[in-house]
Amino acid sequence: MKNLLTILFLFVTGNVFANKIVVGKDKAISTLRQGINKAQDGDTILLNKGIYKEGTLVIDKAVYLIGIDHPVLDGENKNEILTLTGKNIVIRGIHFANAGYSAMNDYAALKIIDATNILIENNSIVNTSFGIHLANTINSVVRNNTIKGNNKSEHSSGNGIHLWKCSNMQIENNLIEGHRDGIYFEFVTQSSIQKNLSENNIRYGLHFMFSHDNSYLANTFRNNGAGVAVMYTKNVRMENNVFEKNWGPSAYGILLKDISNSYIKNNKFIQNTVAIHMEGSSRIEIEQNIFKENGWAIKVQASCDDNKFFQNNFFGNSFDVATNGSLVLNKFYKNYWDKYEGYDRNRDGVGDVPYHPVSMYSMIVEQNPNSLILLRSFMVSLLDKAEKAIPSLASENLTDDKPMIKPNKL
Amino acid sequence: MIRIEHINKKFKKLTALKDITAQFEKGQVISLIGPNGSGKTTLIKAILGMVKADSGQIFFSDELINGDPSYRSQIGYMPQIGRYPDNMKVGQLFRMLRNIRNVTADNLDKELINKFGLKEIFEKPMRTLSGGTRQKVSAALAFLFDPDVLILDEPTAGLDPLSSEILKEKILKEKNKNKLILITSHILSDLDELTTHIMYLQEGSMEFFKAIEQLREETGELKLGKAIARIMKGEKFNSAWIDRMFEIKNEKRIY
Amino acid sequence: MLKLSKYVLYDIVRSKVILAYTAFLFLVSFSLFNMEENSSKAILSLLNIILIVVPLISMIFTTIHYYNSYEFIELMLSQPMSRRKILLSEYAGVGLSLLSSFLIGVGVPVLFFSPDSIGFSLLFTGCSLTLVFTSLAFLTSVMARDKARGIGFALLLWFYFALIYDGLILLILFNFSDYPLEKITLVLSALNPIDLGRISIMLKMDVSALMGYTGALYKDFFGSGAGTLFTAGIMLLWIVIPLWLALRVFKRKDL
Repeated sequence: MKNLLTILFLFVTGNVFANKIVVGKDKAISTLRQGINKAQDGDTILLNKGIYKEGTLVIDKAVYLIGIDHPVLDGENKNEILTLTGKNIVIRGIHFANAGYSAMNDYAALKIIDATNILIENNSIVNTSFGIHLANTINSVVRNNTIKGNNKSEHSSGNGIHLWKCSNMQIENNLIEGHRDGIYFEFVTQSSIQKNLSENNIRYGLHFMFSHDNSYLANTFRNNGAGVAVMYTKNVRMENNVFEKNWGPSAYGILLKDISNSYIKNNKFIQNTVAIHMEGSSRIEIEQNIFKENGWAIKVQASCDDNKFFQNNFFGNSFDVATNGSLVLNKFYKNYWDKYEGYDRNRDGVGDVPYHPVSMYSMIVEQNPNSLILLRSFMVSLLDKAEKAIPSLASENLTDDKPMIKPNKL
Repeated sequence: MIRIEHINKKFKKLTALKDITAQFEKGQVISLIGPNGSGKTTLIKAILGMVKADSGQIFFSDELINGDPSYRSQIGYMPQIGRYPDNMKVGQLFRMLRNIRNVTADNLDKELINKFGLKEIFEKPMRTLSGGTRQKVSAALAFLFDPDVLILDEPTAGLDPLSSEILKEKILKEKNKNKLILITSHILSDLDELTTHIMYLQEGSMEFFKAIEQLREETGELKLGKAIARIMKGEKFNSAWIDRMFEIKNEKRIY
Repeated sequence: MLKLSKYVLYDIVRSKVILAYTAFLFLVSFSLFNMEENSSKAILSLLNIILIVVPLISMIFTTIHYYNSYEFIELMLSQPMSRRKILLSEYAGVGLSLLSSFLIGVGVPVLFFSPDSIGFSLLFTGCSLTLVFTSLAFLTSVMARDKARGIGFALLLWFYFALIYDGLILLILFNFSDYPLEKITLVLSALNPIDLGRISIMLKMDVSALMGYTGALYKDFFGSGAGTLFTAGIMLLWIVIPLWLALRVFKRKDL
């Protein structure tokens, strides 16, 4: 928010001395290239409706480029369309189409390099390899954009919003679909990602690594080829996001690899093959999330420790918790498990018998994936019943000692 | 009407019928007699197609019985034990069989239904009926379609004397209509007035099949039971069974 | 054929057992849906009933019905009716009444509380299993000589399909875990109607899990249009083949 105010302030003060340059097919200045050339720092370029095919354009001064009635910048499937560098640049209301693809370079509809105080808003980007590509940029905002890829192969497609070495960024309210990764971060810090919808991307809805101290709030990641994967990062805050319908042999609501000191709170995980998959992760607090109808709600590899899972609600998951080893170094408490069959004599809302979230059958499936075919069979339910009756049969000693009788109010 | 040629039947090791050959004609009332397990019921079932003979042939009106069930429309069968679906009502049973046989109401012989008073229990479910009443139902069903051939397995076994008499009268009446009637029975005296022929089976073999006049002539006895007893003693049969038959007969006389 | 099955059906739907079965299913389904906050847990409990109770009751009921109708079947055999028609009528009567029990007992609550794809696949499986196990029970009944053997045989078969078979699959999966077994498990699961039904429900209920590694194969196969046809086709075979075998045995059988 602070960044945004700074930017707005700059624009407002700048405007006092600014000129307006009108570009249009029937105007004195008929190409955007001419317009950009004419513009001085602080000027506004008003781009009128029309289709502009001008190869690759570069803006390296502090101008506002404002589209009127969605003018189209067409890359004719061979060019990068617009490159920004410098500071205090605004791009608003432009329709970018058909940027080129190159195996060598990451061609994008809109590329921002070495920039500060950039605002990209209300644009639409269609049929491009990369959508918005930001590198080495700080204090910038990307919001209210619609980015739709052509959903080709993973190899020939780029990312929707791609950030490399950025900080203090705001990515907000964008819709991204049909790209390789919806949102991709590498070395991005101190940024906030909010209210975006990333769906139907070929690989990940959100993918980041080495990007510390970021927060992800109220985003929706839906039906992406492999869900969400985040790696090698600490101090991540993820709240109020929705992860749903990420289906596939290696698709995850969220895959946490080497993540530490982070919060995952108040999210909804619905109908994912694996809602949360953790490896090499520690000191993560996973609280007050809803896990509903996932194949596996939580898969924790033995390499994880000191994670806390509490006050989550588990409904209708095929498996609640699975592991390839032992989970004793992690804590589960005060979760609501719909499979819990204990009782509550003292009526304090907490079950008197511990719950074993790792069923014997889930260990069998872990060892022998083919035995998944026996899910819901009489034999498996007998196995589970036997395990409940004779807890010493349980192969994994992990328990939730304070299972809730009623779902936690979230 | 019915011709049986060299019928053999074994159940596992037990021989039920051993090379039986016989011919039954219209107007005959044939009593099939013999001890329990002598093959009487098996023979009846073979004629009805319920039991498939190991070898030999059975002809019905000169047609070989082999699979086609249509000849059975000329047969009325009264089983030894009549058990019917528990919740079926008596009336429904009659209606169902009429449906199966496709017979119009005019061609039905309702004499036994009327005489046994079955109309009044038409709305009762089968499970509420006594064994005797079920026998009456079975009998009425056998005669209902006015068939050319009647096969009655122990017809008077469960019936009270009055009903038994009604049934016998009915059999006599049908005999006079020149029908073929096959009866198995333990109680010889019951058959006295009706029977024209006797077939005696023992351990699956047909010991004799003779007209009643011929029997009387050969033995000089008027009473059927005695005539048979004479034959058997003459032929060194185990006569214990015959003695038992007389016992039953004597008991009946007490009433 | 309809003539007979109509009456068989009429008789069975009035039997206390079938009424109790309907009431049991209805009460259980209704209370499950009312007790659980989310219907998926109710569906899960219902799944166990459909996979275990429905086959068991279908088999036992059919077997007992067959032996109780033995004399009635005999009577029908004495009528001008082919054995094929008689057995098929009995099958239609028993199958339809069990099916209507299931549809009233489970179908109505499911349509009321959970009329979605999971609900419908539950109903599909329940109906199929009812008919499959009725078929199987007819087969064991015509093969076994007496009621005790028939029921014993039916129970064994049920136990085999409900439990032992899955145990064997697990054994195979672990003993041959070094080999690619996906396709074989697919075939194996088609050889057990209970497994097949379970998988068709699982595809709706546990779609998320099935999309995981090996699972995707099942999903791809069973979830596709061809897979649905395959499931329905195999179920049909499980209904038709035992019934056809039962007919073959019944046609040659001595009653």
